[in-house]
Formats: sequence, C-alpha cells, structure tokens
Amino acid sequence: MPMRAGEERVAFKMAERGGRGSGGHGSLDKSITLPPDEIFRNLENAKRFAIDIGGSLTKLAYYSTVQHKVARVRSFDHSGKDIENEPLYEISVQEEITARLHFIKFENTYIETCLDFIKDHLVNTETKVIKATGGGAYKFKDLIEKKLGLKVDKEDVMTCLIKGCNFVLRNIPHEVFAYQKDSDTEFRFQTNHPNIFPYLLVNIGSGVSIVKVETEDKFEWIGGSSIGGGTFWGLGALLTKTKKFDELLQLASKGQHTNVDMLVRDVYGGAYQTLGLSGNLIASSFGKSTTADKEFSKEDMAKSLLHMISNDIGQLACLYAKLHNLDKIYFGGFFIRGHPVTMRTITYSINFFSKGEVQALFLRHEGYLGAIGAFLKGAEQDNPNQYSWGENYAGSSGLMSTSPDVYPMQRTRSGTFDMLEMDRLERPLVNLPLLKDPSTYIPDTVDLTDDAMARKYWLTCFEEALDGVAKRAAASQPDSVDALERAEKFRQKYWNKLQTLRQQPFAYGTLTVRSLLDTREHCLNEFNFPDPYSKEGPPHKCALIFADNSGIDIILGVFPFVRELLSRGTEVILACNSGPALNDVTYSESLIVTERIAAMDPVIQSALREEKLLLVQTGSSSPCLDLSRLDKGLAVLVRERKTDLVIIEGMGRAIHTNYYAALKCESLKLAVIKNSWLADRLGGKIFSVIFKYEVPCK
Amino acid sequence: VFPWFGLDIRGTLVKLVYFELKDITTEEEEEEVENLKSIRKYLTSNVAYGSTGIRDVHLELKDLTLCGRKGSLHFIRFPTHDMPAFIQMGSEKHFSSLHTTLCATGGGAYKFEQDFRTMGDLQLCKADELDCLIKGALYIDSVGFNGHSECYYFENPMDAERCQKLPFNLENPYPLLLVNIGSGVSILAVYSKENYKWVTAPEARPADFHFVLCCSIGGGTFFGLCCLLTGCSTFEEALEMASHGDSTKVDKLVRDIYGGDYERLGLPGWAVASSFGNMMSKEKRESVSKEDLAKATLITITNNIGSIARMCALNENINRAVFVGNFFRNNAISMRLLAYALDYWSKGQLKALFLEHGGYFGAVGALLELLDSA
Repeated sequence: MPMRAGEERVAFKMAERGGRGSGGHGSLDKSITLPPDEIFRNLENAKRFAIDIGGSLTKLAYYSTVQHKVARVRSFDHSGKDIENEPLYEISVQEEITARLHFIKFENTYIETCLDFIKDHLVNTETKVIKATGGGAYKFKDLIEKKLGLKVDKEDVMTCLIKGCNFVLRNIPHEVFAYQKDSDTEFRFQTNHPNIFPYLLVNIGSGVSIVKVETEDKFEWIGGSSIGGGTFWGLGALLTKTKKFDELLQLASKGQHTNVDMLVRDVYGGAYQTLGLSGNLIASSFGKSTTADKEFSKEDMAKSLLHMISNDIGQLACLYAKLHNLDKIYFGGFFIRGHPVTMRTITYSINFFSKGEVQALFLRHEGYLGAIGAFLKGAEQDNPNQYSWGENYAGSSGLMSTSPDVYPMQRTRSGTFDMLEMDRLERPLVNLPLLKDPSTYIPDTVDLTDDAMARKYWLTCFEEALDGVAKRAAASQPDSVDALERAEKFRQKYWNKLQTLRQQPFAYGTLTVRSLLDTREHCLNEFNFPDPYSKEGPPHKCALIFADNSGIDIILGVFPFVRELLSRGTEVILACNSGPALNDVTYSESLIVTERIAAMDPVIQSALREEKLLLVQTGSSSPCLDLSRLDKGLAVLVRERKTDLVIIEGMGRAIHTNYYAALKCESLKLAVIKNSWLADRLGGKIFSVIFKYEVPCK
Repeated sequence: VFPWFGLDIRGTLVKLVYFELKDITTEEEEEEVENLKSIRKYLTSNVAYGSTGIRDVHLELKDLTLCGRKGSLHFIRFPTHDMPAFIQMGSEKHFSSLHTTLCATGGGAYKFEQDFRTMGDLQLCKADELDCLIKGALYIDSVGFNGHSECYYFENPMDAERCQKLPFNLENPYPLLLVNIGSGVSILAVYSKENYKWVTAPEARPADFHFVLCCSIGGGTFFGLCCLLTGCSTFEEALEMASHGDSTKVDKLVRDIYGGDYERLGLPGWAVASSFGNMMSKEKRESVSKEDLAKATLITITNNIGSIARMCALNENINRAVFVGNFFRNNAISMRLLAYALDYWSKGQLKALFLEHGGYFGAVGALLELLDSA
C-alpha cells in the first residue's frame, strides 16, 4: 500500500461534466444483441473513418477523442505566506481530451446493420470521406456512401497492409509471436526491435503475396503464388463438399494425410532408414489418390491439402527470404488468422526448408493491418506516426483462438465482434539509451504464460484483491453519485479479463505481473477512476505507541513517526513508563519533550490542542512490558479512541517480551538486536533490525 | 555379359531401357542361350507388355554405339504397382540363369531389392538416382536423337499459330538447373559433371541429399487430384480432359479481383491470383465441368513448378532450366506454359529447355552405371 504525504489534504475538483460519453448511448439495433457499452464506443466523438472489407470480414476503424478523467498534482506557491494551514500540494481530477483509435472487426453479414448504427450515432458532421480498402471495398461502395453520406475514397490494399504492419510492429508490445507446436506455451512473444526493417511479409489471402519492406515508405512486391487460402477453400470444398473455411480446417485437424499422400517410405519401402531420411516426408501430395476405385475420407483429403499448401508456401517464402537475405517472415491473411492448424504447418514448413535459419512469425492484430493502414492514410495530416500509441487492454478483445476444439472458452461476444483500441500516449516513449541490447531486453522477471504455477498464484491474487480495489475506487470519489455503479462495472470488467487470461494467457502478449497491473489500471481508467488512492481515508484511526529510550530515540525516532501518523489522520496515544527504568523515557519526561516540540512544530501543536495526540502512562517501571498489567486509564483511552494499530518499540518491550503477543488489531514490533547471543538464537546478526508487522487473522 | 538393362523404379512408374545388340556375331549367336533370345524377342517384337507395359517406339535410339557395340536402345515403361508381376516374369523367364547384373535406381531399387532376391533370385546393383539422372540426360543429349537434337525449346509458346518447337544446342550445358518432374519434383543445380547440388532439399542434413522430396506437388499430385475431382483413371485420360477444359472458370485471376492489371504491384490481369479461387463460391462450383477442373489442376501445378524452379535458378544464379520427367509425356500444355511463364516472370532471363527422352534418363543412367562397373 503506497502511502502519500498529505493525503488527507487532497482537494478534489470534480468536473461537473459527467463521463466520457461512451457508455451512455442507448441500445444497439435489434438485429445485433451486444453489450451496448462495448461495441462502437465513443461514436459521438468519432472523427475519421476507414474501412477494410475482406472476403468475409469487415474491419472498421475510427478515431475518437476521449474525454477522460486524469489525476493531476499541483504544488502551491508558499513563498511569503503563512504556510501553517496550507496544503503542500493538491491532487485534482480533471477532464482531459486524449486521442483513441478504435478498430472493430465483424462479419460482412452485419455490415448494413453496423452502418445504420454508426449513422444514428454519428454527431460529428465534419467528416466527409471514408477511406476504404480490401477486395470488398468496391462491392460495398454504394452502400457505404448511401448509409453514411460519406464519400468512399479507395486506398491500395498492399500499401494499407504494409502501413498497418509497420504501425503495429512499432507501437504494440508483444505484437509478434512465433508459434510452437509442442510446447506448453504455443505463443512465443517477441520483444519489439527498435528497428523493424527490413522484413518479409507473406500475406496468404485467397492467393499469396510476398512483399519485402525496407523502410516506412518503401516496399516491393517481390513475388507471390496462386496456391493460397482460396486454393485450400475452393479445392477443399470440391473434394470434401464442405463449404466453410473453418469447417475445412476442422476436418483437416482430424485427418491423416499419410492415407492420401505418397511418402518417402512408400517409394523406398522399408529401406529409407538406411539412407538416413525420414520416411514420413511427403514425396508426392495426393500421390496415393491416383486411383478411381478407392474412397478417401474427407478429413484425410483436407489434411493432405493443408500440408500441400502450407509446405508450398513455406518453401517459396524460404526461397524468397534466402534470395533477399532476410531471416524474419511475418505471415498474415485469412489463411493464417489465428488458426493454430495453419500456423503449425507453416512454421513446420519454414523450419524444415530453411533449416531453422528463417523464423516464421505471426502478428496478434494481423486482421487489422489493412484497416489501420487505410486509417493512417486518411489521418496523415494528424501525423499519427509522431506519437507513441499503446494498446488499451480494457477495450481490446485480445488474441482469441478461433478453434473451439483447442480452446473451449469462446469469446463472450460469440466471436462476432472483435475489438482493438489504441490510446495516444501523452509523451513519445523510447528505449533507455544505456540498454545493452534493446532487442533482447525483457522487463519482466517472471513469464506467467510459461510458468503455470506462478500464473495460477498471481491470477488468484488479483482476483482476491479485486473487491478491495473496487471499494477503494468507489471511496476515492465520495461526491460522485455513480461511483458505486462504476466501481461495480470496473469490478466486473476486470474479473472477466482475469477469467479470459486464465483460459488464454497469451491474449495480450506474454502474461506478466506488469500486464496484470496495467490491465487493471486500464480498466479503472475506463470507468473513470484515474487514481483510487487519491481520496483514501486514513489507514488507521488510532495508534498506540509504547516508547522505549529517552534522548535521540524519542526525539529522532518516535516523534517523527508520531508526526507522520498524525499527518495522515491517525490519532496517536503515546504511552511511557510511569517510573524510571534504565534510560527509558518516563511519562513526565514525555510531557516536557512534547511541549517543547509543539512550540516548534504546528502538526504536533494542533494535534495536542485537538487531542489527537494523547500522552499516557503505562503504570509500569520496567524496561519490559507486560500487556496484562497496564494502567487502567490507558486501557480506557485505547477503547474510546478505537485504537487499531499498536507499535511496540525496543528490545525489552518487543523482543524479551511481547515478541509472540497476538493482538486484535494490526501491530508493529520494532527493535535493534544488541545482544549477539540473542541475535544468534533468532538466526540473525547483532545489530539486525527487527520489524515485525502483524495483521490479526479474521 | 548380356542383356544390357537399366531400370529406374519411381513412385508411380518404372522405366526400363534395353540395349538391343545389332552387331551380334555368328559365334555369339551360337553361344547365346535360349533364355536370352526369348527375352530379346519378347521385348523387341512387342510394343505393349501385359495390360500396362508400353514400349515408347517413337523414342527408340537407332544405330547407337555403346561400349564399342552397335545396337538400338529401347524405352519401356510400366506402373510401379506391377513390379511384382515384372519380377515374377523375370523369374519365369529364368533371368537369373543369365548370370547378369541388373542395375536399378530410384526409390524402388531399395523397396524391391528383397523381392528381386527372393522371388527372382537376382542381385540388384543399386545406383544413385541423382547421378543416374544427370549422367543419362547428358549422355542422351550428346548422342542426339537419331540425327535430331535431343534438347529443344519453344518460341512463342502461348501463340497457337506461331508457336514453334526449336532445337537447342546443349553442348556447353553448365551451369544448369535440372528439374525432374515425376510423382514429385526434384531440382538439381549442376555445375559440372561431378559437381551438382540438390537445391531445394535442406543441405544441413547430408542424408537428405539423396532423397526425393523438394517439392511434393508434381505429376502424382496432378493425377491424384484429377482422379478425385473427375473420376478419371489414367494419367492420359486426365491430360486429355485437361486439354478440353477452361481453367479461368475455376481459378480467380488478377483481373477478377482488380478489374484489370494490378499496376501498383506490376501484376498482369491474366495472371492467376488464386488457384481454384472461384471454387469458394457454391454457384461457380456447380457451373464448372470436369474438363475445367482437370485443366485448372494442370495449370496450378505447372505454374507452381515454374515459380519454384525460377526461384531456385535465381538463388543459384543459373539462367537455363532443363525440364525432364514423365510429367511432360504428351503434355504440351505444361511445357508451353512453363516456357512462357519462365520467360515472362524472369523478364527473358531464364530459358526453359526440354529433352525428348524426358522420363527415361534415370534408367539410361543406370544402364551406363552398369557398363561403367563392368
């Protein structure tokens, strides 16, 4: 729990204008039932649109300004003023306007409904043009122009794709991953390299495009192949009478290609081992189906087709990578799009043909590249590339597996709407120039994607702390009427995120304690809790301190601590011995010392005056402390003031006695071990500090 | 010791070359055992053997001098699945009594070695298939095709009227890309008689060097897919169907997507953007014929081989690709398409060459190995 100086003085300036406007709009069009808070957020403040219409999916992009509460710290000017009753600084919550990019992906069948919805909620009329890309842009041009009243401005598909790719590579941490089939963590996320160029992008749509990207503006289509996703789909549909792409992949994942393909072992007989080669390698795809009288299963044919196409693409991609001396290939397109089956076969093929020299890499937001690029084309005047952007975990769906067989937990929105939101960061972010190798630097100590036990522990930990965080968030805005409701929404949202991460730890890249904390912050911000700690009541109502030595101990040790407790709103009962023992401070001494300090320090002075600092005697004249034999006045006061923290100081009081004393409230036992035998006994060294903080079990 | 045979046993077909001695002396004839005579008679007096064996009479090389002897070289093929019958026949004709060695190459030399020994009482001499392929191709090219050139190329390949098949002089063959298309595809870069490398198989595994992978999309894929898509039962039937089909109904072309050329990327409208891409649509699936599907399969596979061969040539810095293998038998569509595609995509930098005895070089190489070892 971070403590902040002067927190009781936080002055709030709650802006009157409520909310960001995102949550408030009414229900969506009847034909899609969606949580209205979550899809097409903040349309009222949308400025600029772009759309990428592919063969089956539409990706809509828009830019919005988000009015958003932020905590600001301002220090006061104290020069020449009486500072006694002035706070040192003020934390205020202000409304700020930040920029956000929204990307929504949905099936083409919803396009009309979605356009209607946008039209109904679009307040900003300055927008005149919508940038469009993708094969379907032409087909839906008239519909878009009619529905939105915006002029469709078409952009080149490949240019958009590359622009989008550069943008995500530069701005989204853990955007890139390698796929590992036989590992607990199938997704190996890569550290963002400060220099992303050059790279090879292999886009596997209906055909295959191989593009070499050298700089932000320079790319070259270096080749392609007609054997791609369309071949898998088209030929697969002919062979298996299965119409849907996903169903074909499902078939393939269940099939045995060895029944259809001619393998090396079929050509060489059993003797391939003597040649030292793997008999399982495919010598001829579909080489066993060269007969009209045998039936082949749909699954087997689909699998054989998948292998044929993946191997072919992998081989070509490697030949291009070799020719252009590149060792990284990013794969994208609908053939890849999150399908474990195709990522697996492509990765295998690249490893095989390149002997491991070329890496097959995939992108978390591959499906959005075209839309991002088209948007950027239209936003050039705002120069989005000069800013740093960050993925907003609260508003982004994260990487979801599309295969229900592999991951039984499907996304809650039935896979229909997928979202990505990116916030413009206030300041551009760069590497510390002193990092030895920024491309291999990993900030996180533990990878929770990898370490299942650590993941379980931390997810549970965050789950258990969630109620408390939500309560604190609500308490931080006591003047807001909807704070409780928003806190509950926050709680629900973060809870759902945690559940998603339990099922799919790779959803937002490598799972770490940092990403869990960041996600929580994003969710808090989403519901307008920029700083839940800003208006927290004092952690303790009243503290009871048993003081030890006089002299330096009480002046430089106890009193500054008392002062700190008072400053954060905790009342203090300072208990000293009734009679002298060793050099312990006595009650009567404490009265004099306190009076002298009060003369110098306004905090102590006002606390004494307001009876927030109370001096009492223990009833004892021992260097030790027997908590069963205390002055009755002290006991009465402890009860009256609802004391909830006990601090016991010194070897005699905290070690020789009371070391094991259990209390009903929080306690702090402090001492320096000044006896080597005792230090040994306790397993430490002489002059070690004992700091024993205990919270009673509930 | 006669007879002289070379055998190449591949995934789908077995190729057998037989050297028929023409300068046989009277003494030799007297010494010649009955079994040898009967084998020669059987092979040279027939053009078909059993229901599946075929002698490619048009390929016969006449007046050939081999190891100082004159004769004719015969080219015979039959499906690999008839190998047991072939061995059985050898056994019936008491082949083993001739005490000759049978030199064989291809994967089947390993697969059927045991059968030859047990069923036919024959010891096979196994020859390396890559050595045989190169040796055979270069030998046949050097002796020529009965006075004609063995090697040829196409001028104006896609122009039905102006297309010409012209002889090519392969006197200085190196460096050269040798693309063998049988059931699968193997590609070799040949720098000299001894120095060649298997360009598409990973070199880091020396064991893979001798292995028939490279690209699994070859003649077997064409035939296999055609069987599944059209119900045809022979390679010839599949080719015949393909020759009557229209692949543009099946494939999605660049112009189908962009309305014309995709100028930004320099892609012509006629180029195939997605093989079988139109078949994603149910209506179009219902409107295509078996012939269209066969043609699309052939075009897809041919284009793919062309593009892989071109990339290999670029990586190896070679400007001539010689295409061999049984895939090209009676398959002018593929040869002309390859000739055109290589020329177009390489902007005239890469030339596609073909050899008349396309599928038989492995078997010829095996025969030469036999003679070398004797």
